[in-house]
Amino acid sequence: MTEQAQKNMDLRLTRRYPFSASHRLHSTELSEEENQRAYGKCNNPYGHGHNYIVEVAVSGAIDPATGMIANLADLDGFVAQQVLEPFDRTYLNEEVAEFRETVPTTENLCVEIFRRLRAFPHAKLERVLVEETGLNKFEYTGESQGS
Amino acid sequence: MVYITRKIEFSASHLYNNPALSPEENRRIFGKCNNPHGHGHNYVLEVTVAGEPDPRTGMVLDLKELKRVLQDEIMERMDHRFLNYEVPELAGKIPTCENIASTIWKLLEHKIASGHLHRVRLYETPDLFVDCYGEKNGSAR
Repeated sequence: MTEQAQKNMDLRLTRRYPFSASHRLHSTELSEEENQRAYGKCNNPYGHGHNYIVEVAVSGAIDPATGMIANLADLDGFVAQQVLEPFDRTYLNEEVAEFRETVPTTENLCVEIFRRLRAFPHAKLERVLVEETGLNKFEYTGESQGS
Repeated sequence: MVYITRKIEFSASHLYNNPALSPEENRRIFGKCNNPHGHGHNYVLEVTVAGEPDPRTGMVLDLKELKRVLQDEIMERMDHRFLNYEVPELAGKIPTCENIASTIWKLLEHKIASGHLHRVRLYETPDLFVDCYGEKNGSAR
């Protein structure tokens, strides 16, 4: 395959990162009873934790000098700085400013992580997927493309 | 449209080095992947074929046939090989997950007897994989 053909391939690189955090699902727009009904035990007053996995997918052309869409060290560093360091071993509701106002459901977590990573300078962010447990996961591909 | 995926595993070694760059630059860009004797992975390859089931057989394609193609084209070429030196299709390329996935796409693209190749997903480790959908503006995602 020529270098040009290799550059034209439609490729996506995906990397998985773990972090652990606690959260409480509670909306200030709902009454105590409504919160209980909507969130059940996820509304328990002191929160609870998960081992989250974040999957980050980026796309772009292969750089002929490196054979890579993006250097993993750059991607790992950016994800660590934007997401893992601020989120890991925290109580999301209190320690991540965005979740003082927004309920930290995994849907909202997904959107917030996408927002934090979309400025990655070396490739195009395509998708953020968050596994809350091994049994449920959420994904977000940004506003313009729908989901 | 129905999508059918078959998975295989192969084990191989590789190293990252661009001869056009200095040893220091290679070290800086590729880190320990530049170690001179290489290192290995258990690669997991998922090949997805898209098509309509044949009304007579209920199958998009004969899985035995796909298994044979994967054996002949991928296992025979790459399993227990040093990818930089023993796989001619990768000669002169840095055998990153991106380049291996693209090469696998090219090897399989015209070997699928019914339906068409939709996606090649290559896991280098459980936490790192590349999806290849062929050439841009080619088959739709």
